[in-house]
Amino acid sequence: MEFFISQILSGISVGGQYALIAIGYTMVYGILRLINFAHGDVFMVAGLMMIYLSASMPLYISVPVVLILTVLLGFLIERAAYKPLRSAPRMSVMISAIGVSYLLQNVALYVTGGQPTTYPAIPFISKPVNIFGVPTQWVTIITPVMVIILVVLLTMLINHTKVGMAMRAVAKDFEASQLMGIKINSIISITFIIGSFLAAVGSILYFTKYPTVVPTSGAMPGLKAFVAAVFGGIGSIPGAVIGAFIIGVCETIIKGTAFTVFSDAFTFALLIVILVVKPTGLFGERATDKV
Amino acid sequence: MEHQLNRKKMSSGALITVIVTVILLVAVIVLENTMNANSMLFTVLKKAAVYSLVAVSLNLVNGFTGLFSLGQAGFMLLGAYTYGILTIPAEMRESVYYIYQGSAINFSLQGLFQGLFGTAGVGGAIGLILGVLLAIILAGLVAAGFAYLIGLPVLRLKSDYLAIATLGFAEIIRAVFQWDKLGRVTNGANMLKGFPTFSSFNIKDASGAVAVRLSAFMPLLIAALCIFVIILLINSSYGRAFKAIREDEIAAEAMGINLAKHKQMSFCISSFFSGVAGALFAMFAATVQARSFTSAMTYEILLIVVIGGIGSVSGSVLASFLYIFCSEWWLRFLDSGALPFGNISVPFFRNGFRMVVFSVIIMIIVLFFRRGIMGTNEFSDLINQTRRKAKTKKEAAE
Repeated sequence: MEFFISQILSGISVGGQYALIAIGYTMVYGILRLINFAHGDVFMVAGLMMIYLSASMPLYISVPVVLILTVLLGFLIERAAYKPLRSAPRMSVMISAIGVSYLLQNVALYVTGGQPTTYPAIPFISKPVNIFGVPTQWVTIITPVMVIILVVLLTMLINHTKVGMAMRAVAKDFEASQLMGIKINSIISITFIIGSFLAAVGSILYFTKYPTVVPTSGAMPGLKAFVAAVFGGIGSIPGAVIGAFIIGVCETIIKGTAFTVFSDAFTFALLIVILVVKPTGLFGERATDKV
Repeated sequence: MEHQLNRKKMSSGALITVIVTVILLVAVIVLENTMNANSMLFTVLKKAAVYSLVAVSLNLVNGFTGLFSLGQAGFMLLGAYTYGILTIPAEMRESVYYIYQGSAINFSLQGLFQGLFGTAGVGGAIGLILGVLLAIILAGLVAAGFAYLIGLPVLRLKSDYLAIATLGFAEIIRAVFQWDKLGRVTNGANMLKGFPTFSSFNIKDASGAVAVRLSAFMPLLIAALCIFVIILLINSSYGRAFKAIREDEIAAEAMGINLAKHKQMSFCISSFFSGVAGALFAMFAATVQARSFTSAMTYEILLIVVIGGIGSVSGSVLASFLYIFCSEWWLRFLDSGALPFGNISVPFFRNGFRMVVFSVIIMIIVLFFRRGIMGTNEFSDLINQTRRKAKTKKEAAE
């Protein structure tokens, strides 16, 4: 029983971390129809920046600085690598995204010298705590709470503000919204800023739990978060969050059995099943293709 | 008669390309037997041969059929494992599979053929070549078979969903091959080794010393033959159907092209050659380990295709050679901390800097030179063009 509770708890917390990354994927896909392959690497870079910054300044400064720098990175990536290709075929933009991911990983490899680096312990959230007699860290409980708060805020932003309305309009029809006077470029930038901010928050929570950062440590969580976004119905924020929690829990349960090798494979199998059976995901809207 | 027709149809550019390729292959044999055999040149040539084959096979699906597939590493893995499992000599199996107390398969293909032809001298050589060739072909077939099964559900998906689904399949395959329940076949997460490599093809004299070196020629020959077959396919009616699908699926379907059949065909053939390339990669590396066939490998190959020009076989080949030569040889100095000429040391030249420079170059190509080196042209087109230009100039002068 104790084992079971601890599995579920850690599954929910992993799911929450995936959810924060998945929102970035789902929002960008909703607007640009682009799988932002670099998103997982932005998450990794946020982790690395925290390591280097916390070495030289106290946490109450380094945490906000990391958040700001990650947001800036996301913004710059969009401006430098995706904006010039706005009228290019979708495949080119995706290749550009893969190129950015390659670049970020190689820069990280150069900066760290290939050595795994250890994430700093953040005082409050890495403290041990007992829940139902199961020893764990505070981060396990904080993650889902944080995710719910952020998602509620984000949904409010999207449903009740002018920016949110513009975002929905751009996601619905790129050209028509441009004709209605929406500044597409700034809306896309805001999307990337929100996505990167959530990825930075996610990285703080994730690396507190798994405190080793290597240049490729963003790739797997990134892909899984994308699967979560597809599972929940791409473009839908609640869908992405629910998908991420389901994947997180399933993965942790599999890791506890004899099939540990398949914990990553399971996620992809789920993806393929969903794509074949219900390509729009749990909450996605059916898109009609016009000839 | 038919032969003559074919020759008439072949443009002078294509003929020149074929002749140059043959000359280059012969040059490699000559160089290999005159130069220092441990030169970096040959290592790089071998690797580039393997990569050019994968790049061309990826280009066949991505560039010519317009299916954005990212499963190449998975198909290479299948090919590499098939080759490794079938060709590890029976006497080596105990030591390779020591963790699982021996292998489930207790023969090797070249061993079977050597049983027929004898193990020594010419008979041994024939046995080895037949065994290895059969293993390479089987490697391709296994990859193609899996591709067929994967293609059934996945090829219905559109662009980016297809990409992520094929990527997912590659990851699943990688996990399955590391599963320890299959350990007696795949050796779990441990490496396979001991199978024939490229240097097994060096011809030895009676005393065991190497008489004729063929270790760099072999992979280049196999890659060249495979790429030649792919070119024939692209220029056939099937190839034209692939291109029609790339340009516009709906229009192609309206013209009577069976979408499902042609997509499946392109996907399977591409996977076949990726499997062959995987077998060659195993021979190049001398070991096989599932861990090395990650999605990063697919990305690398995709970027090579982009550098060469999506939709150009010549471009993919050229880009593979350039990429491997630069990353493994010419740009090594960026990692070593000093410039190659003089004795100037540069502080920021250290491990990893080479790859940073590389990724920046790739980003510049992706953003500003989207057509890559060759665009959609082939060598033969370029030769034909220059000849035609020269001809018109001459006529104008007259």
